[in-house]
Amino acid sequence: MSMTGVQIYKFLPKTNCKICGFPTCLAFAMKVAQKSIAITECPDLSEESKMALESAARPPIQLVTMGADEKKIEVGGEVVMFRHEKTFHHPPGLVIRLKDSAPLEENLKRVETVAGYEVERVGMMFTADGFAIENDSGDGAAFAKLVAAVAETAPSPLVLMSSQPDAMKAALEKAGTLRPLVYAATADNWSDMTELAKAHGCPLAVAAGDGLENLAGLVEQVADKGIENIVLDPGGRDYLSSLTQLTQIRRLALKNNFRPMGYPVITFPGEGTSNTEDESMLAGQQVAKYAGIIVLDHFSPSIMYPLLTLRLNIYTDPQKPIQMQPGLYPIGNPKEDSPVCVTTNFSLTYFAVAGELESSAFPSWLMVCDTEGLSVLTAWAAGKFDAERIAKATKEFNITGSVNHQRLVIPGHLAVLRGELEEELSGWDILVGPREAVDLGTFLKKRWKG
Amino acid sequence: MPAVEIPVEKWSGKIHEVKLGGQGRKEVVVGGENTLPFLHFEGSVPNPPVLAIEVQDSEPREWAEPLLQAWGDVLKDPAKWAKKAVEVGASLIALRLKSAHPEEGNTGAEEAKRVVSSVLEAVDVPLVVLGPEVAEKDNEVLVAASEAGRGQRLALGNCEEKNYRTIGATCLADGHVAIGKTPIEINLAKQLNILLSDLGMSQDSLLMDPTTGALGYGLEYTYSVMERLRLAALGGDKMTSMPMICTVGEEAWRQKEAKTSEGVPDTWGPLTERALRWEEITAISLLQSGANIIVLRHPSTVEKVQSAITRLMG
Ligand code: B12
Ligand code: SF4
Repeated sequence: MSMTGVQIYKFLPKTNCKICGFPTCLAFAMKVAQKSIAITECPDLSEESKMALESAARPPIQLVTMGADEKKIEVGGEVVMFRHEKTFHHPPGLVIRLKDSAPLEENLKRVETVAGYEVERVGMMFTADGFAIENDSGDGAAFAKLVAAVAETAPSPLVLMSSQPDAMKAALEKAGTLRPLVYAATADNWSDMTELAKAHGCPLAVAAGDGLENLAGLVEQVADKGIENIVLDPGGRDYLSSLTQLTQIRRLALKNNFRPMGYPVITFPGEGTSNTEDESMLAGQQVAKYAGIIVLDHFSPSIMYPLLTLRLNIYTDPQKPIQMQPGLYPIGNPKEDSPVCVTTNFSLTYFAVAGELESSAFPSWLMVCDTEGLSVLTAWAAGKFDAERIAKATKEFNITGSVNHQRLVIPGHLAVLRGELEEELSGWDILVGPREAVDLGTFLKKRWKG
Repeated sequence: MPAVEIPVEKWSGKIHEVKLGGQGRKEVVVGGENTLPFLHFEGSVPNPPVLAIEVQDSEPREWAEPLLQAWGDVLKDPAKWAKKAVEVGASLIALRLKSAHPEEGNTGAEEAKRVVSSVLEAVDVPLVVLGPEVAEKDNEVLVAASEAGRGQRLALGNCEEKNYRTIGATCLADGHVAIGKTPIEINLAKQLNILLSDLGMSQDSLLMDPTTGALGYGLEYTYSVMERLRLAALGGDKMTSMPMICTVGEEAWRQKEAKTSEGVPDTWGPLTERALRWEEITAISLLQSGANIIVLRHPSTVEKVQSAITRLMG
């Protein structure tokens, strides 16, 4: 929650002593509100005011960093309950669980598969975020060995899972510099785990399965020891308890500004379900409803791709569709006699069409009109994709400068525009393409003559 | 230990309860909740969301391979198809009168009557009847369906701004429920509910279809508009308090991800698995944003999503 200058001013000494470099306390407060100077520049703040200001300056849900360098992810930091109110900013980390009870070879193979997984959507590349390594064997040495091997082959954001401080200590010695999430401080081990997390500068998960009150108590103890980067595990595993707890935690943080719940939450959908499909559905629920880190037990492209797509959907700014720059785009290596296809600048639409053209036998020109980021029919219905606009774009992008013909392929959904377009662009031939981009290749084969 | 006071919203509104079927036919009630989806700690959710399976009146030849395989020969016969759909767990049948579409056969009232009767005969669950989404044809075949199902409390859709009068009137005459469909816009949805109410339709005879975008194809818009409609309803706006119906199967199975096995990246995974996940994850997301009826296409999705709903109901 950010404060206004006037709110901050109330906490200042109001002596206008100028030590901070400003003529008055109020002037200083204004600069603090703009975040252009730190509150600590005033030497005369009372301890009480300092604490009140610091806690007010902290976001209601802590932003927690997991991992080191450019591989790190940031989770938490959300400020609203519903995405239409603003945006959800920090997509939940999707990490894959490895158990040290499985043969090392098998685990490393899995690591290789996961680390090599990369899928494209609307021109962006998406991957799994990292691994959760569990000390399932109970053997500290086996745990440390697996952690070391993963840290070496795939230095990514990690969750280290063990209830044994000794095992955790050994694992952190192997991978502490990757700033893994230490999972977890419990009522039994919290003091040791807190020390370990502190010593390695790692975020710490706090787990209490017996009610939010116990969890809050434990969080306070851990926070008192100076740990700021906390992740919560309230213990609910199935659909209902997960939804209930994650909603309650989010509300406690945002509505009540209740500090001990002001952290991202880690979930384990595989533990509340009995098979892959079920796990992926629960993970989907958790993407939509408030998870910060999701530990998946199953990994396969047919789960990752839809989950990554859902995450992208839920975490895009609801006010601004992802857009392309309007213009004439060469797809493949188009020549003067190549087809010219017309589409919108909604990036989902663009990539659907560009993708099909790329895999067709026809290098083509794709003319992307400015529809303010709307899809074909939405833009048409909103009056932002009509014959006039298409004709204008044809001139603006100087299509005749790139090709030696006068033919345009328009989306099948816009068949009604054909007549009007032929009037607007006299001498041009308007071909009505298929409705779905998937059929473009076949269409061009049949209808395009160079 | 710090005292934890769970914030509970004091909603003043409640979703209207809408009953389908009855009179010898199984009865399904949707709506009635006075809180957000599945938040039992805050309010009451008297009726679980229900799953419908889409059945078409003519064989859907262009459907994706996994669907054709799962259903097999019953796709040729809507009555058999509906029967099988009930066996695999559908609580409702959503019969799409596709063949009435001018480009799909342009059949008329007679055929609609015949198919609706045969499906009503074949199953004992309530029926949703959907037109081909061409306003004049919708009027023609939905009026016929309405007569064929008189007294069975069907849900008839879709009403749009263009044709709500005819469909609303026939629903009133024959005791059915009308489905108003609007394109992902809260004010349009509300406006259509007002228009239908002005015709004399009571609040317990209306459903709304907010228009579904599939995962990756507009889901984010549908999701948010549904949340906003639901929040408005709980805030006390009776004209946005209608239970919501989402055509998840139709949208999910239309997308390339659910249709194409060749020429797509390996990172998409094999077609059948990927396609099923596409439908399931679209469904689970929209359950979180307030769907009361979800229309699906694949039999195994019904089982999976039903099991999730059962657990969400506690
Ligand atoms: C998401 C969505 C929205 C979002 C906008 C998303 C966006 N950025 O465009 C929001 C919620 C904002 C919205 C608003 C509106 N919408 Co809208 N919306 C949809 C929805 C659900 C999905 C659209 C989508 O993203 N499709 C995916 C993209 C990739 O599809 P596409 O652009 O068509 O591209 C495909 C093909 O056209 C083809 N293609 C594309 N380019 C080319 C080029 C060539 C050469 C070829 C051959 C093929 C081709 O390939 C692509 C993949 O196959 C559809 C309904 C539905 N389920 O499809 C309604 C829909 C498009 N909307 C509709 C309407 C009416 C509206 C509004 C006018 C409602 C209103 N009155 O407020 C507003 C207008 C917006 C405004 N005023 O600014 C109607 C259009 C009706 C019609 N037939 O004209 C639809 C069909 C819903 C309906 N059934 O009523 N909408
Ligand atoms: S140093 Fe502190 S007390 Fe002095 S003017 Fe600045 S804000 Fe006011």
